[in-house]
Amino acid sequence: MADARVIPLRPEEDGDGRPDSELGDGGHSSGDGPAGAGEEPDEGSGRGADRHEALVEAVAFVRGRLLGQYEVDEFGFDRELTERVFLPLLRTVYDNWFRVEATGLHNVPSESGALVVANHSGTLPWDALMTTVALHDHHPVGRQLRMLGADVVFGTPVIGPLARRSGQTLACNPDAERLLRGGELVGVWPEGFKGIGKPFRDRYKLQRFGRGGFVSAAMRCGVPIVPCSIVGAEEIYPKIGDIRPLARLLGLPYFPVTPFFPHLGPLGTVPLPSKWYIEFGEPIRTADFEAEAAEDPMVVFNLSDQVRETIQETIYRLLAQRGSVFFG
Amino acid sequence: MVPNVVLVTGVSRFVGAHLAGRLAEHPGVDRVLGVDSERPHRELFRRMGAAEFVRADIRNPLITRIISEAAVDTVVHAAGNSDEMPAARAAMKEMNVLGTMRLLAACQESPHVRKLVVKSTSAVYGASSRDPAVFDEEMAPKDLPSSGYVKDAVEVEGYVRGFGRRRPDVDITLLRFTDLVGPRIDSMLTRYFSLPVVPTVVGRDARLQLLHPEDALAVLRRATLEDHPGVFNVGADGVLMLGQAIRRAGRIPVPIPGTAVSPLAGFFRGANLASLSAEWMRFLNFGRVVDTAKLRDRFGFAPRWTTRQAFDDFVHGRELRPVIDPEMVEAAEREINRTITRLR
Repeated sequence: MADARVIPLRPEEDGDGRPDSELGDGGHSSGDGPAGAGEEPDEGSGRGADRHEALVEAVAFVRGRLLGQYEVDEFGFDRELTERVFLPLLRTVYDNWFRVEATGLHNVPSESGALVVANHSGTLPWDALMTTVALHDHHPVGRQLRMLGADVVFGTPVIGPLARRSGQTLACNPDAERLLRGGELVGVWPEGFKGIGKPFRDRYKLQRFGRGGFVSAAMRCGVPIVPCSIVGAEEIYPKIGDIRPLARLLGLPYFPVTPFFPHLGPLGTVPLPSKWYIEFGEPIRTADFEAEAAEDPMVVFNLSDQVRETIQETIYRLLAQRGSVFFG
Repeated sequence: MVPNVVLVTGVSRFVGAHLAGRLAEHPGVDRVLGVDSERPHRELFRRMGAAEFVRADIRNPLITRIISEAAVDTVVHAAGNSDEMPAARAAMKEMNVLGTMRLLAACQESPHVRKLVVKSTSAVYGASSRDPAVFDEEMAPKDLPSSGYVKDAVEVEGYVRGFGRRRPDVDITLLRFTDLVGPRIDSMLTRYFSLPVVPTVVGRDARLQLLHPEDALAVLRRATLEDHPGVFNVGADGVLMLGQAIRRAGRIPVPIPGTAVSPLAGFFRGANLASLSAEWMRFLNFGRVVDTAKLRDRFGFAPRWTTRQAFDDFVHGRELRPVIDPEMVEAAEREINRTITRLR
């Protein structure tokens, strides 16, 4: 039966939480196909009609892909592909596997640029992906997080292009400032590999915050910094060892050993279903500083420490409230 | 101020010939001399209009005499060339680097020369995974290639800067163009998209920023007739992904493992189909986008064609017969939609 293949674009319960135009804008912005118009799902029609619309849209999507009728921005971000393919897949994991609870979303500005700074953990960057879903699905206006990634990401075949298509770009000041000035919401994980690749015994201990480049970028653009604390990601792959020679051989920053990986093979790459909490803290204003402050290492380090402490304290609070790793 | 006597190099090629013809149409310009070592084809020669063709090699000392005797006050160096077949690499380097050196030496000697316009390429920024997404004029490449046309272009820019130091009285406009695509442009890129099945690298995709030749000519013309000293990126708005562009041309991308690229490039070169040098493939791995804010704000030029329009113009103008016919795909879509409606 044809209906069996239909995946509803969004669950019914939050269907009215977001305007239809949100999907319409991103999805059909290419608009140069003959079927580009008249695809808006009409409201109030029955479930069968919805499925029919979804199927017609899916066919139009495939046609657009085959003929190259879609838009990417200068960073390579493909909004249509992200909203139609990446986010629905991640949403399933977000809702059913990690059962993420996101709070404090009102602290993230709705229109202007802002820098989201979060703690990094979990061997693979699931925390970054889940933060993206939280901001897209649960923020009042549904913001797209533009993440900054390490150069290793963009040098890796398959992963690199996927990262660009999903809105990521290289963690460097020119890219960060370009996005922030354009009013985008930018996400950084300043602990980098020190954070995501730390051993399980160090869980929830924030690592050093690099050189504070993210702070000076935010200051130069005058955008607020939103501290983001993620609890639950530390337990998805408890990293109990690191095979350094293998990591060097493969050109990776680390080669993790967990209770299930690598000896259970692909099965070991399934993350443990911990219960997650993502909390967005109060924004820290940077617009009040003098113009030269962004170049002053003292000011930059102080602000960087302030952000780091805020995240660390929030993590401790969330941990104290958490009863069980898997059931919350 | 409007120049009196303009010398344009590289008139046996599209940009040089068209530019010479358009400059000659301007009432304020007395003479336009179009220089190249070979005669332009009939079509291009016609385009040169009132411009005079001077058959001379810019590597030859004769160029010094031409510049001083004709009292050339403005030199447009449009001969920089990136798309020879690699077999002709040595000759191309001669032309690009030594030709530029000779030309600049001649300019330095002549007291009449007041303005120099150089057509360069955005390839000088390189292409790697460690570069910012968008290059502005102040940025430098992470690692310089050890050979190839990018190295030539970087060296040419170096000589131009040196010339600027020795002749501070000369206004220099250096224009870094993104890749030109158009129906009548014959370059590595246009030949590549004309292949029926287009080789790409597995797991890679590049951001392409292109430029319509009309915009390129308009910028060069204004740089010559008006005073806009400085370095400017010139590129169209918007970005096409490599895979997307191949689809828009109705071609089929054929991903090739990275390790197989070199032997395959050799095959293509041997068969005279396309020249896919290592640099070229690196460009196809990552692509490159430049910031054109300075062109807009300081130069005062906004390209009329977007990247997408320029590419579509190339596809339609070339009459590339699509391997995947858009009409077929759209007919299939309508058919599927009818079926869905029936099943409902």
